[in-house]
Amino acid sequence: MRGSQWAGGARAARLTGLVALLAAILAVAAGCGGSGKKSGGGSSTGNTSVSGSVKFWGIWSATEQKAIQKVIAGFNKQYPNVKVTYTSKGDNIPTILSTAITGGSPPDVADVAQPGLVKQLVQQGHLKPMTYAKSAIDANFTPAWTNLGTINGKIYALLFKASNKSTLWYSVPAFKQAGVSAPKTWSQLLSNAKTIKASGTPAYSLCGSSGWTLTDIFENIYLRMWGAAKYDDLSAHKIKWTDPSVTKAMQYMAKIIGDTSNIVGGTSGALQTDYPTCVDKAFSDPPKAAMVLQGDFVGLEILQATKAKPNTGFNVVPFPAITPGADAKAVETGGDLIVTFKDDPAVEAFVKYLATPQAAEIWAKLGGFGTGNKNVSPSVYPDAITRTTEAPLLGAKSVVFDMSDQQPASFGATTGQGEWGIFQKFLQNPSSISSIQQQLETSASKAYTTGK
Amino acid sequence: MSGANITAEPPARGAPPSPHAERGRYLTGIVFLLPALVLLAVWLFYPTVYTVIRSFFGHSGYLGAWVGIDNYRNLFTTSTLVTAIKNSAIWVGVVPALVTALGLIFAVLTERVRWVVAFKTAVFLPMAISAFATGVTWRIMYQQDPSQGAINALSRSVSDAFSPAGVLPSALPSTTALQTRAGGLVLKTPLHPGGVALLGLTGIAPQAMPSGAKQAVKPAGKPGAIEGAVWRDFKPGGGKPGVLEQGEQGIPGVTVELKNAAGKVVQTTKTDAAGDFEFTSVPAGSYNAGIGARTFAKPFGGYSWLGPKLITPSLIIAYIWIWAGFAMVVIAAGLSAMPREVLEAARTDGATEWQVFRRVTVPLLAPVLSVVFITMVINVLKVFDIVIALAPDSVQANANVIALAMWRTAFSGQPNFGGGSAIAVFLFVLVIPVLALNIRRFRREI
Repeated sequence: MRGSQWAGGARAARLTGLVALLAAILAVAAGCGGSGKKSGGGSSTGNTSVSGSVKFWGIWSATEQKAIQKVIAGFNKQYPNVKVTYTSKGDNIPTILSTAITGGSPPDVADVAQPGLVKQLVQQGHLKPMTYAKSAIDANFTPAWTNLGTINGKIYALLFKASNKSTLWYSVPAFKQAGVSAPKTWSQLLSNAKTIKASGTPAYSLCGSSGWTLTDIFENIYLRMWGAAKYDDLSAHKIKWTDPSVTKAMQYMAKIIGDTSNIVGGTSGALQTDYPTCVDKAFSDPPKAAMVLQGDFVGLEILQATKAKPNTGFNVVPFPAITPGADAKAVETGGDLIVTFKDDPAVEAFVKYLATPQAAEIWAKLGGFGTGNKNVSPSVYPDAITRTTEAPLLGAKSVVFDMSDQQPASFGATTGQGEWGIFQKFLQNPSSISSIQQQLETSASKAYTTGK
Repeated sequence: MSGANITAEPPARGAPPSPHAERGRYLTGIVFLLPALVLLAVWLFYPTVYTVIRSFFGHSGYLGAWVGIDNYRNLFTTSTLVTAIKNSAIWVGVVPALVTALGLIFAVLTERVRWVVAFKTAVFLPMAISAFATGVTWRIMYQQDPSQGAINALSRSVSDAFSPAGVLPSALPSTTALQTRAGGLVLKTPLHPGGVALLGLTGIAPQAMPSGAKQAVKPAGKPGAIEGAVWRDFKPGGGKPGVLEQGEQGIPGVTVELKNAAGKVVQTTKTDAAGDFEFTSVPAGSYNAGIGARTFAKPFGGYSWLGPKLITPSLIIAYIWIWAGFAMVVIAAGLSAMPREVLEAARTDGATEWQVFRRVTVPLLAPVLSVVFITMVINVLKVFDIVIALAPDSVQANANVIALAMWRTAFSGQPNFGGGSAIAVFLFVLVIPVLALNIRRFRREI
């Protein structure tokens, strides 16, 4: 009895010591925090009146997670009393979000890549409008960008991180060997492809196993051919897939995917090549193909997986213009939309901050980031390649979303079925345009009627 | 005996249990069963019932909107789901039988071969690898490009022995003056002695040019002979097709054929370093010069194992590779437990080995074989991981099976819990008869 009492006493004494130590550490930490606050307050408008916490779920992981943490750190300089906790949920965020909503515990802020999902969440009444941030958003974005996040006349989403899907990447040695220069127009692209084929290298490296890469090519052709307004109508299924405008765009696309001897591995090889293997093929040494018609994300893959160097090994140009005029420079974008499930002052401050050029520039400097923020200067991008791919976004006047991301996912974003699967059939059989259009229309109308 | 008799002759069955003691025993039973019951209720019974109910409701949310049997109707009208059902039928029809048969063959073989342990280990090893890893491995082996896929590399070495690739497999005619005929190229315009044949080719990468190629030179023409050149009709920018220009190289070592008006080959020759060739002492008449099909023979391109047509057989092969070891081990255990004297008796009676196998071994093994078969039917109905890992995205729709379709419908793209639940219920219904069969067997064995 006595012994145990003794031991208990010792434990209690040790505990007291620990508590004292902890208190000391906390005091020091608080002191540091205090001085930090002071220095932050000196340069910018340090706002201590807003306090609270923001639970933020996103798809960014690894390098991107580090980048968003830096953006959040920038926010904390302005609002030291708001604690933003970012958790990476990976690509499964649509499923995770819908499960969390069903379970009654959604995050306060989330970033999602699917405009279709945003629309669905608004219709179900889960999202809060960002009316409070309208002036901040309008001051930094053109109406074309603001519209992307506007549903039923209210802003529900902010496209914080955007990508440029309207780019064409080419192998500089393959182009040099063929003696051609980067194509600016569609007819230059086709005549280049012919010359490249004669030089002994297939012109195109297609990633047919990843269905979205094929729909991306179609979307760029349709956008550059018919313009943003008609593109949006097709996205919303106001234009049917059997429309003559679709026929013409598919005929153009068939000039690329139908030239089987000009595709590395031929049609059947292309169908088994996924993204990013197609990129590795075009930028290997010697190049097995000359061009990859995909978005800005290709650049990162080239740098990570091949030995090709910017300008001497690879380069990038905007997707070739088809119809001259305003829409010749229209940009197809994909990206991460910030949506909110709550609208307390902490969340409001955070959303307003994300709309500022300062927030965007923190990440833009690190690379792998694009934004439509018109007040961001192209000079913040770390290199010439990034500037070529991302500068067209800044203040762009004609911007559309990736089409397949806007449609009901059963049609627009499911492996092996809907748009992805049917465009793979198109790659297999590029002459069957009318049958492909029929299949697309059947699948789309089904998805739009049952997409509740 | 009736209740009246019990009261009349109480000692006949010992002391009657007091109602109190009986209830106590009953309670004890309940208490001991309770944890298991709770777990079963929470993790088995409730999800099953909820899934069945959920299958009559719409896409998302806890329940969603009531849609009646729409989800079930979709099962048989949506083409991807119909493919999944068809494929699952193929799997069930082929795999259990093949696995059982292979397992039986291996098990019997292990009794005869010397390196039993090594053989058993080799066949059983795939079981130790996760199905996902197996899928990835086989996907690489199935690659169409023979320089990547092991299976097509093997096929190529066989194919090359019979039809070797030509020296210029990718070459194309540079102008329409050259026509494709029976796989080869022929100059359209007829030639006469003294004429010059220009056979320009494109589509040849500089690194694919034979070594020692020199600047192409246009022959002047010689009386009584037909001269010509085969050259890479391309320089950066394209050049002028059909014209020998500075910077364009001749292709050495190409076999050129001269055909007479009847289409019969009268002379063949090879080009020199500058791509020039000459047919000497040609009698008067009309001729055609060209390059034979053999020069352009394409290298073996590989079978499209991962293409839409072959994907299900490819998957089944990989799956059997995994499970044959399991079947072998179970059947081998059955074999070793078999009474030897019966086999000996059969042999003594003069039965051949085949008769012993067919009439004695197999019937005695029947219970073990049916266990393996039924287990495989259940496994195959649930097959999922190998399909998602092995089939490339472009053929996922062609390779679809029920379990995969369930997951895709419920969780990928736009979550459709109602549709996914309906598929799960359908799968459950399919498994029930097999389970019932199994349970009946268990009962009989006890």
